[in-house]
Amino acid sequence: MKFFELVRFALGAIVAHPMRSVLTSLGVVIGVAAVVMMTSIGLGASKRVTEAISGLGSNLIIVMPNFQRGPVSQGAGGGFSLRDGDAEAIRKQVENVAAVAPIVRGQAQLASEGANWNTQIQGVTPEYLIARDLKITQGRMFDDREARQGRKVVVVGPTVVKELFGGSDPVGRRIRVRSVPFEVIGVLESKGQAGFGQDQDDVVLAPLSAVRSRIVGRRSRGDSIQTIYVKATDEDSLDRVQEDVTNLLRDQHKIRQGEDDDFQTQNMASILAASQAAIGTFTVLLAAVAGVSLVVGGVGIMNIMLVAVTERTREIGLRMAVGAKRSQILIQFALESVALSLVGGLIGLTIGVLGAFAIAKLGNWPAAVPAWAGPLALGFSVVVGVVFGAYPSWRAARLDPIEALRRE
Amino acid sequence: MIEIRDLKKVYVMGDEQVPALAGVSLGIARGEYVAVIGPSGSGKSTLMNILGGLDRPTSGLYSFEGEEVGSFTDDQLADFRRRRIGFVFQSFQLLPRLTALQNVELPMVYAGLGAGERRARAAELLDRVGLGARMGHRPTQLSGGQQQRVAIARSLANKPDLLLADEPTGALDTHTGEEVLKLFHELNADGLTLAIVTHDPDVANEAHRRVAFRDGHIVSDERSPKAAESQKGGA
Ligand SMILES: Nc1ncnc2c1ncn2[C@@H]1O[C@H](COP(=O)(O)OP(=O)(O)OP(=O)(O)O)[C@@H](O)[C@H]1O
Ligand SMILES: [Mg+2]
Repeated sequence: MKFFELVRFALGAIVAHPMRSVLTSLGVVIGVAAVVMMTSIGLGASKRVTEAISGLGSNLIIVMPNFQRGPVSQGAGGGFSLRDGDAEAIRKQVENVAAVAPIVRGQAQLASEGANWNTQIQGVTPEYLIARDLKITQGRMFDDREARQGRKVVVVGPTVVKELFGGSDPVGRRIRVRSVPFEVIGVLESKGQAGFGQDQDDVVLAPLSAVRSRIVGRRSRGDSIQTIYVKATDEDSLDRVQEDVTNLLRDQHKIRQGEDDDFQTQNMASILAASQAAIGTFTVLLAAVAGVSLVVGGVGIMNIMLVAVTERTREIGLRMAVGAKRSQILIQFALESVALSLVGGLIGLTIGVLGAFAIAKLGNWPAAVPAWAGPLALGFSVVVGVVFGAYPSWRAARLDPIEALRRE
Repeated sequence: MIEIRDLKKVYVMGDEQVPALAGVSLGIARGEYVAVIGPSGSGKSTLMNILGGLDRPTSGLYSFEGEEVGSFTDDQLADFRRRRIGFVFQSFQLLPRLTALQNVELPMVYAGLGAGERRARAAELLDRVGLGARMGHRPTQLSGGQQQRVAIARSLANKPDLLLADEPTGALDTHTGEEVLKLFHELNADGLTLAIVTHDPDVANEAHRRVAFRDGHIVSDERSPKAAESQKGGA
């Protein structure tokens, strides 16, 4: 006898009760849909975080004050342990460095002729563009001399152009920052919305010394820096540069052996790896919870298969009487269970994929249904069908033909 | 063709032992038409089930064309039923979801025949039992007599050596019962070996041989007068 004939018997039984079959597979539908949606959401989150982090710039090391150790040892430093001198030292003494970009930041109210916009203004040096992989689309970046002189010029991101100038060319026009007029000399290329709901285009760059004197003002010492971006020349030297920067700054800050650093360095690659690992764990957890409903679905299938074996006891007896082997009865019922589960899996997969796209659309989230979602969902369905169909099928195959034929 | 010796079947019900067959010996030759009679509970069905490979004896020997059926495994018994035996039941035992044609095809599916071959043979068999026009009907759309004829067609599907019928007319009225019996008669005339359990003395008279049971024993085994007559006439 051909295997195909057993498949035909199994499908025939399912088609005989279409409504019941669909309801039976509902648990698997929900389980598979949930697993597909959860893994898709996890993958979407991972993609988004990756975009956000790599959007900061490649081969980047971020140096920040260590707030845990904090101002206790710093006194008048206002909590900021980094200085102009630190950035200078890194540039001069650390090898394989492509750019060193010290930054100070301040929140400020900006005003053009007709509009207001509250955002963060960043005091930087021209190297900032290299460190963050930013490009100018209109006008130009300020040069080193302008930066040193603290000229009142700004380079702005597309969002700022939109909010303050309604999208028209802002180069040459003026912005008041806390009533101080700055000239717009350049516009940055758009980096898009990606990144923790943060608008990466809502940027205002001005010479570091100008921001320090006009905006950050009295609150900090004259040479303190909030962050230093250090860009390594390539990915391979990233760890080495991070180590060199750490050692150099410990030297600079006269930190003795055994004492904690008063700064911290973060390497973008390791941040990326850590957050992806975290999201991965979270996704597996979500999928596992969703997988529980697959088990519930399997129990539903087992229940109906047991009912089917009871209902069709006479059929089983008759099949045996005309020559069916026990193994053929077993396989027929197991196939029926697998087919029920697979129907559920297919419907669930469809719902899961549509659901993942719907959620992506609603949440402004990158839709990311993994390619393996299909095989995974169907594989799970088959496993559920086999596992939960095993006992009912075994019962069917163990029936005594005479008793089975006599059953009402 | 068939030789059984001192066949016993004991059912154990709790502490009690019910001897359904208490040492039965019997031989059936190819081409014979045997009627099995006896009161209710005398062991007729038990014998048929063992002959058909649906049940195993508790002890005794059963050889079919020289093969010892008693030593068969489950799978060998399934093969034996499929290749050698045709079963006709009192309650027809048709699958309600399938058409007459599909019911007749079923044993051939297990025999591994291709769809075309199956269908052609099933149609031929239904023609033979006079149901050529009812092939697409489901059992519920057929009368009792028609259903039993479908079941007979099914029992012939794999060209059995032995046809076993356990009260095949028990659920039919006299007239349709007679029609079904006529069919059996024709099949036997074509050379098929038949064993039929019956309560109906008329049926028993049709057969060549009458085997009577009581309490699990054979109490008589005689050639029917009619058969003796016809054989005399033939000789
Ligand atoms: N599965 C069983 N378990 C216990 N006892 C059984 C079983 N099957 C049959 N018997 C007993 O075996 C004996 C013979 O039963 P069997 O069915 O062979 O009788 P029968 O001659 O076919 O009767 P009937 O004419 O009523 O069909 C009976 O006493 C019956 O109660
Ligand atoms: Mg009986």
